[in-house]
Amino acid sequence: MTSRLTSARSVGLVSCHDCRLLVKEDSPAPGAARCPRCGASLHLRKPGSLARTWALLLAAAIMYIPANILPMTITSALGSVQADTIMSGVIYFMHSGSWEIAAVIFIASIFVPIAKLTILIFLLVSVQLRSHWRPKDRTVLYRITELAGRWSMVDVYVVTILVALVKLGAVASIEAGPAAVYFACVVVLTMLAAESFDPRIIWDVIEEDS
Amino acid sequence: MTLENGNPLRGETEDHGNVTNAAALCEAPKRVLACHNCDLLTEVSGPPGSTSLCPRCGAVLYRRKRNCIDRPLAFALCGVMLFAIALTNPFLAMKSGGFVQESTLLTGILELWKQHLYGLGGLVLLTCVAIPLAQLVGLMYILVPLRLQLCAPGSILIFRVIRHLDSWAMMEVFLIGILVALVKLAKMATIIPGIAVVALGLLTIVMTAAMTTLDPPLMWERLDPRR
Repeated sequence: MTSRLTSARSVGLVSCHDCRLLVKEDSPAPGAARCPRCGASLHLRKPGSLARTWALLLAAAIMYIPANILPMTITSALGSVQADTIMSGVIYFMHSGSWEIAAVIFIASIFVPIAKLTILIFLLVSVQLRSHWRPKDRTVLYRITELAGRWSMVDVYVVTILVALVKLGAVASIEAGPAAVYFACVVVLTMLAAESFDPRIIWDVIEEDS
Repeated sequence: MTLENGNPLRGETEDHGNVTNAAALCEAPKRVLACHNCDLLTEVSGPPGSTSLCPRCGAVLYRRKRNCIDRPLAFALCGVMLFAIALTNPFLAMKSGGFVQESTLLTGILELWKQHLYGLGGLVLLTCVAIPLAQLVGLMYILVPLRLQLCAPGSILIFRVIRHLDSWAMMEVFLIGILVALVKLAKMATIIPGIAVVALGLLTIVMTAAMTTLDPPLMWERLDPRR
């Protein structure tokens, strides 16, 4: 009698992704079966997890470049036109003394997306190298990326509110720049990437090798 | 509120054989869950109000809730009413010189639409209005019949959709956005926050409360068509 920990997969059970019912994996083609309780299609692991996550991450990384170079907002006040990128917005708040707001935008728009891309790439590479290094901590990293991703949307919302409020014709108006679109794409793509990664494969690799 | 580790199931597979063991586990879906983060089979137990953690990776396996139908139903009802207030009342007004520029929650989205930024406008509309509203209405559709010991048609599909949409409802992020925009405009003009801002702030709290007082494993047992 062994006393090692048992995963659902090792005893031939599939946990439904939607309602978490444990179902016996006896169908020859996994994916074709449906959960008897909620009707979701059953998969042992999220299908094509590695390839999908890589694809979404690469797309996000590409979009991140124009999101930072192009202007986020275009402000015209009394004839003068000023284009602001994400970073110039942060610098503006730092100079005007609003440290807290500068920190919020820096963390939400620059730190979180980069951290998310780095963590997910690290997780993908570590799984593909069949790493046994601290699986619990890597799972925690995954949970952080899953939770923190949504907060990057702050800047997109700020642009929306500014555009809605400031339209005083010739006196002052703010328009959304092209970077707003690219940045929104980065946030959505990284959220989808985090959703398509299956943290259970971190543990599968260790179980298969032992 | 107690926090405890679930009991990991120890491997006895070699002695008893996979099939019988797996069958025994299937018969007790209430107590045994596979961790969604590391696939460990764990027995969850504990009184209502307690939280079971995965003993291997630390993920929250199951939070048991008290009054898990009444409470989310009350919050969802409250949320729908707050939504009506937030959508119909003035949101923010800007005073600069002689001009007063008033806007509602939907004006910003319309403005993005007018500037041909359809994707961006659609994204804001979805994440801040459509998805949270759909979640609240969907919850009410499922919970009112459940409260009366009935099951509305399509409940299972709707509950699945509600759970999938969870990470795409971002009203709390929108609130931070309002704060940042207010500070940014403070030097340019006077900003007068309207009733809709207050309603939206309350709505964020109520929305979170409605989602966290739900007990999904218990809901699935109630909705189970095989019963």
